[in-house]
Amino acid sequence: MNFDAHAPIYLQVVDALKLEIINGRLAAGEKLPSGRDLALHYTINPNTAARVYQELERQEICFTRRGMGTFVTEDKERIALCKSQMAEEALSKFLISLKDLGITKEEAIDMINEANDICLV
Amino acid sequence: MLQSISVCKKYLNKIVVDNVSMTLEPGHVYAMLGPNGSGKTTWMKMVAGLVKPSFGEIQFDDKPVDLQSKKEIAYMPTEPFFYDWMTVEDVGKYYNDFFEDFSLDRYAQLISAMNLEMDLKLKTLSSGMMAKLKIAATMGRDAKVYMLDEPLNGIDLLSRDKVIKAIVTYASDDKILIISSHLVEELEAVADTAIFFCDGKFIGMYELEAMRFEEGMSVADKYRELYAKTYKEAEDGVVD
Repeated sequence: MNFDAHAPIYLQVVDALKLEIINGRLAAGEKLPSGRDLALHYTINPNTAARVYQELERQEICFTRRGMGTFVTEDKERIALCKSQMAEEALSKFLISLKDLGITKEEAIDMINEANDICLV
Repeated sequence: MLQSISVCKKYLNKIVVDNVSMTLEPGHVYAMLGPNGSGKTTWMKMVAGLVKPSFGEIQFDDKPVDLQSKKEIAYMPTEPFFYDWMTVEDVGKYYNDFFEDFSLDRYAQLISAMNLEMDLKLKTLSSGMMAKLKIAATMGRDAKVYMLDEPLNGIDLLSRDKVIKAIVTYASDDKILIISSHLVEELEAVADTAIFFCDGKFIGMYELEAMRFEEGMSVADKYRELYAKTYKEAEDGVVD
């Protein structure tokens, strides 16, 4: 994974893991790698990896079972909420870029409708 | 805890390490950064007990570094330190004889993780392979402090990835890792703290995630900022 070195790395890994959870590559209730394995997988500092899980726990997307490790939440609604939050973030970034280009809402909607259906169905 | 207390090193009239005071804590990976000739290597050699400070003291766990602390501090110098008639396997045996905390099993794991073979002769190794071998030998010890001087220098990208993975594998709560490098970007994700040296002086220590969060700065940005400032002050005569 290529990181943006100007933004906290733990937050970038948090987003990467949320994406895995939202699209089901990591299932609800699934056990997550240990802190060290996470550090190795993303080649990040082990303290950063520990912070990733702290943040995901704080956001109630993961939870820790004492002596057993960290797991994805079993609360599907929480995952759905996470998805809509991330979609909102992506949308607002997109809207800001279009605004900077001086594109109106109507033009933006037309552009979306006319765009090659790269991935959206 | 590793403490450098007003450490100076003078060679004749040249001051190579100038009044360096800092404290390094276990559980961290420190990136030691600075231009050539900024005193990083000399400071490491003093921690390793190979060079004596002209003034000041280095303490590990509240005791001055000495022969005893060599058992707990693993140092990898930039220069090669093996005989070229040796094989990779011989290097392991050689280290095993020298260091009580060396583990042949761990060495074997590192050698295989680095894609090296035990029967390779050292004189046939490329510089990248030699760099990986040095890391495997140093990290094969179960030390409390690891100091790696320029482990990424002169090696290809794939070997660099292996070296960095080895660093992540063996970093833990009770160990201090100090890695010097000119390749500032390579250490962005793996180090958690950066130490900056300039002209023999310690000019700052920064927690990287905090720096990114509060200032939106990468290590490379901070490096440029600090050295631009330091050199400008020197030109303006602000620094004595």
